[in-house]
Amino acid sequence: MLFLHQDSWAWDDQSLVLGFMPVGLAYHAVFSICCAILGGLAIKHVWPHDLEDFADSKD
Amino acid sequence: MTTLIVIILYLSLLLGLGMYTNKLSRGTSKDYFVASHSIGPFLLLMSVFGTTMTAFALVGSTGKTFERGIGTYGLMASISGLIHAGIFFVVGIRLWCYGKKHGFVTQIQFFRARFDSDAIGYVLFPILVLLVIPYLLIGIIGAGKTIEPVTAGAFPEIFTNPTRAAWLGGIPPWLSGLVISLVVLTYVFMGGSRGAAFANTFQTLVFMVMGLVAFTFIVKGLGGLENAGNVPARISDKGTLVQEYGFDKGKLLKLDQPKTIGKIKDWTELSSEEKEKLVGKQPHFTRTPIDLEYKTLNPAFGKIPDAKKLLDKERELGIPPITFLTYLFIPLSVGMFPHLFQHWLTAKSAKAFRLTVIAHPLCIMIVWVPCVLIGAWASGILPPGLPPPAVLSNMLATLIDNQILTGLLTAGVLAAIMSSLDSQFLCLGTIFTNDIVLHKAGKDKYSDKQIVKIARLFIVAIVALTYALAMALKDANVFDLAVWCFSGFGALFPVVFAALYWKRATKEGAIASILAATATWFYYFQKAGYGGEFFIGPGIVPAAICFAAAAITMLVVSLATKPPSQETLNKFFKS
Repeated sequence: MLFLHQDSWAWDDQSLVLGFMPVGLAYHAVFSICCAILGGLAIKHVWPHDLEDFADSKD
Repeated sequence: MTTLIVIILYLSLLLGLGMYTNKLSRGTSKDYFVASHSIGPFLLLMSVFGTTMTAFALVGSTGKTFERGIGTYGLMASISGLIHAGIFFVVGIRLWCYGKKHGFVTQIQFFRARFDSDAIGYVLFPILVLLVIPYLLIGIIGAGKTIEPVTAGAFPEIFTNPTRAAWLGGIPPWLSGLVISLVVLTYVFMGGSRGAAFANTFQTLVFMVMGLVAFTFIVKGLGGLENAGNVPARISDKGTLVQEYGFDKGKLLKLDQPKTIGKIKDWTELSSEEKEKLVGKQPHFTRTPIDLEYKTLNPAFGKIPDAKKLLDKERELGIPPITFLTYLFIPLSVGMFPHLFQHWLTAKSAKAFRLTVIAHPLCIMIVWVPCVLIGAWASGILPPGLPPPAVLSNMLATLIDNQILTGLLTAGVLAAIMSSLDSQFLCLGTIFTNDIVLHKAGKDKYSDKQIVKIARLFIVAIVALTYALAMALKDANVFDLAVWCFSGFGALFPVVFAALYWKRATKEGAIASILAATATWFYYFQKAGYGGEFFIGPGIVPAAICFAAAAITMLVVSLATKPPSQETLNKFFKS
């Protein structure tokens, strides 16, 4: 994601998406949506269940 | 006057909310400090998002884009969506679990237990306080600067000494700062962390909605979305930056003769191929760095004899790639914000974090994309020398002259400011009470009610001190201070990360790392003249160097010192 964030390919491109949104901004708006999806995938696949159990344990 | 009435109504609503949350209180210190771990997913999302977004989210994002273009979104917003959400998942959930298991209510309690060291608390305490205070000043100074211009003319016979002549009769910063401090103090005093969570939720919704309302009206004023895309300033074939649009009787018109507002530096030295690439370009829609020369009105003109009317200025549009890359160290600050730690601990369960992890980047997008577009469009209408924090209000004043809307938008900006201020006041009261008073005297010396009383007295003292400091430093550039504050917290990130994930991290390593982060941060802060934008070499942000110094020190000193005892490790790591 850090590599995708650098977005060097759209650095100098000023074409407009949907007639009003510069492509560099549209790209990063989509990047924000991808961050949310990544968060969802992390919750689904690598949720720290063991940590929750650890927090609830008495010892 | 209508604008002022709208602002007063908004502040009254907040006070009412404070009284309501006071009724929900269970009266215990745990309830006052961490809402008895009872906050659900939606309130957690809103309070965490509201706390991390200061006035910078609405006013600063527009101003920064006006200066540097749409790269501002990638520089500050999309990277924050990634890093913040990652930290909530990797650091926040883990700290919540330890807080629940061992009964921590402050960050320092965690570090003292994890490193089995009292000393780390005494080292960290003044550093956290010193880094939070500029953050608090940002809020109070920012609120004062926001209210005075929009209430200009309300009381011309009472407030006769405005900051600028055009703002005669506006509510002066000392009064608006005082009122804002008292409103925040009242609901934090009464409701504690539960009051802050409720107020943050309400205020976060207000500033998100107000940002979208402002965007809608500005788009309408620019003749629709598609036309708005034509408005930003453009580079002409003579190497000048021109505005092609103007206003006649409040209507946007295309000018017959474009207005020159600046020129590209060293245009004559460029090759014809380079020139061809630049001609017709709207530089605020790209991120390529371009040096611009322009003229701006001299504020001293007419006040000092022989002062020139116009001053020659230079600024860089776009963002150098190395700055864009190294800026990622700044949002790491959320991992060490003491007020965010306290919000995390209010969560009902670890699962309450799920919504925040997913929705935080989306909330950032909803607030920042419209503001960044407004900032880019403003380059085609407003003079280039306009102070960045004034861009949003000037766009509203130019395109929509409506006092109710101005009042609502001002309420939105105040909401963004206060939703950070409340958590910071509460957090300082909490760490003074728990990490200094109770740590020294012992928990059993005071009853639960006395503990809450001590925290409240500290909060009153902190509000008074912050207000006095804000008045003494009222002319400081608040947004530059914010970036320095974030850089300091970001530099401390290796300490919390190592504490959570590296069993071999030692107390000596942690203390040395804190000192290395603080020393490098202070070195660059003083080099920058105690504030202001500062880059190292080709554009590296100081936070990157401070982070590296802290991480390397943690690694080297920990490996060179005695490992922590197994007994200590068993409290935090499953064997």
